[in-house]
Amino acid sequence: MKKCLVIGVVLTALWSCQSDDAPAYTATPMPLDIPAFFASSILPPVIPLDNPQSVEGVALGKKLFYDPILSANGTQACADCHLPSNSFTDNRQYSIGSEGDVGTRNSMPLFNIAWNFEQRFFWDGAEATLENQIFEPVVNPTEMNNTWRNVTESLDASPIYPELFSAAFGTTKIDSVGVSKAIAQFLRTLISSNAKFDRHLTDQVPLTPEEQRGLAIFLDESRGDCFHCHGNPNTPLWTDNRFHNNGLDEFFTDRGLGAVTGDPRDDGLFKTPSLRNLAFTAPYMHDGRFNTLEEVIDHYSEGLVYSETISPLMKNVATGGVHLSPEEKSDLKAFLLSLSDQSFIENPVFQNN
Amino acid sequence: MNISVLTRVSIFSLSLLFLSACQDDDDRVAQEVTPEFIWTQNWDGAPLANADFDVTPLTNANGETLTLSKLVYLISDITFTNAQGESFSAGDYNLVDAREGLGLSFSPDVLIPEGIYTVAFRFGFDDEDNALDYAFLNSADGGWNVPAMLGGGYHFMRMEGKYINTQTIPESEVNFQYHTIRAADPSTTPVTLQDTSFLVNLGQVTIDENTTIEVKMNVAEWFKNPNTWNLYELYTMLMPNFDAQVLMSQNGANGVFSLGTVTD
Ligand code: HEC
Ligand code: HEC
Repeated sequence: MKKCLVIGVVLTALWSCQSDDAPAYTATPMPLDIPAFFASSILPPVIPLDNPQSVEGVALGKKLFYDPILSANGTQACADCHLPSNSFTDNRQYSIGSEGDVGTRNSMPLFNIAWNFEQRFFWDGAEATLENQIFEPVVNPTEMNNTWRNVTESLDASPIYPELFSAAFGTTKIDSVGVSKAIAQFLRTLISSNAKFDRHLTDQVPLTPEEQRGLAIFLDESRGDCFHCHGNPNTPLWTDNRFHNNGLDEFFTDRGLGAVTGDPRDDGLFKTPSLRNLAFTAPYMHDGRFNTLEEVIDHYSEGLVYSETISPLMKNVATGGVHLSPEEKSDLKAFLLSLSDQSFIENPVFQNN
Repeated sequence: MNISVLTRVSIFSLSLLFLSACQDDDDRVAQEVTPEFIWTQNWDGAPLANADFDVTPLTNANGETLTLSKLVYLISDITFTNAQGESFSAGDYNLVDAREGLGLSFSPDVLIPEGIYTVAFRFGFDDEDNALDYAFLNSADGGWNVPAMLGGGYHFMRMEGKYINTQTIPESEVNFQYHTIRAADPSTTPVTLQDTSFLVNLGQVTIDENTTIEVKMNVAEWFKNPNTWNLYELYTMLMPNFDAQVLMSQNGANGVFSLGTVTD
């Protein structure tokens, strides 16, 4: 008990001694505008305590996202591979870096990423937080091919950035942490919640009979059974943000999650993409192998290929899939497209202006 | 600043609280405690660890060889009943992911006086709990909820894996999905529903400060008793299969769960 008393007294004393006179700078708070259905159905967004959303931080992040200053030769911005008109991915099979190098993976669309609860980014989950993820493209030789030292020097020398940094973080010291925090803040504002299907749920906008039948196939265990990985109408994300082998290949040239974890059980596993905004995000899959949704649906219907790590959720692998009829396929496609959100790609707040 | 004064005041009162809590310690009055539950999984006694998933061949009662890829299950309403018939329950739930090692230990949000209790819990959700909306479960494991078309509510268990089909030449691997939910027959309007969650009675446990209670799941029992499970017939599309849900529930209520080690 004596010990407790001492601790208590010390605690109190310590606190009273702390001075008030180091006023931490706070930018103007700008909480995320969370859609009602998100707020009511799923957990709150993941926002690190040391990087609260602010008006100035988001503005700086947006500026950086669209500015080729981050690439070594000043030709490539994040937005060159993450275009607003493509729901923040691009329409190439493989991304092309600032020096013209061709990557090995399809770019990824960016929306609702604050709700990636497990915070594993990239097709293979290689990055553990959004802030961390942003360090990567800048220095990746097949992307922006820069060094952080060079980035901070260019930003320091620019006529606008020191001021923007000081407004966002209260310091003119520009470093990689500040850059990644600001861009992360901007990316968290990219919320897509206004597809026809969303309006169907909130405002009873009717689905067409095709869309309705497509939804039934999507949820039907004997036909699509897509929902165990891609979510269902009770939640707004349309992905589980987890990693699966959906039966694309017998052998893997890209081990995906397996190369990150070193566990052969993870070979050929890739992150489930959200099914929102498919109208704008072709080509599809981690290597952009499918140009159309028809090809994707054909894959699930009759193109499944066995490999040891294939997900147990894949049905009838021995015969390539569940063999949907042509009508079922076009219904499924109609439903998938009802998840595309035109107002998201047109939102002026997200554009470079 | 106002805020910092406030914080300081609350830290000060916290310290006071701290002091009085320390004093209580000296003159031991009957304590209220929260036991901790440890969920373990085995196959007829052989423990199932992460390394066994996708790797270790297991043989079920019907003789099929299988591997497990996933084992996630929901328990709810842990209840402590004393000799006077008085019950304590937080009415909360826990999701266990055996492979990922999530939710393996759980303390229900309840304080009970030390003593001897009959301890019970529910596998899955009863209809009352199944009717509510849980942001955590909606966000867990890619959406733990069940689409309305399949009867709504929540999954109780997702056990997935592959069994060896020895009837093809050569032998082949077949995916199975042993998913348990409230039994629903979507072919009727409205959907016919039957509560297939079940109560598990762990028997009497003496609960003191720091008691931990192991609850063992023998996964092999899901395939055993009273219904010998034939994976060739029942391996997929079990969610909309009303009768299969009832059979799974019967097996679950029969020897899947048992009390393990109790420690203080
Ligand atoms: C050369 C094209 C290219 C450039 C430039 C680029 N990216 Fe990417 N981005 C990609 C590709 C390709 C992936 C998928 C990478 C992988 O899985 O290995 C990706 C993935 C991402 C992801 C992960 C999304 C998720 O859901 O997991 C984020 C976030 C991201 N990029 C943000 C950025 C930011 C911020 C910048 C600028 C600093 C940037 N990207 C620059 C091509 C690019
Ligand atoms: C086992 C989990 C799982 C199931 C079930 C599943 N998918 Fe997928 N889906 C994935 C994964 C993982 C990927 C990415 C695979 C890759 O790129 O290697 C994917 C990719 C896709 C894509 C490409 C999206 C993009 O942006 O590239 C579409 C479209 C798609 N799935 C639709 C469906 C439909 C429709 C169904 C039901 C017929 C379905 N999925 C069932 C896991 C699943």
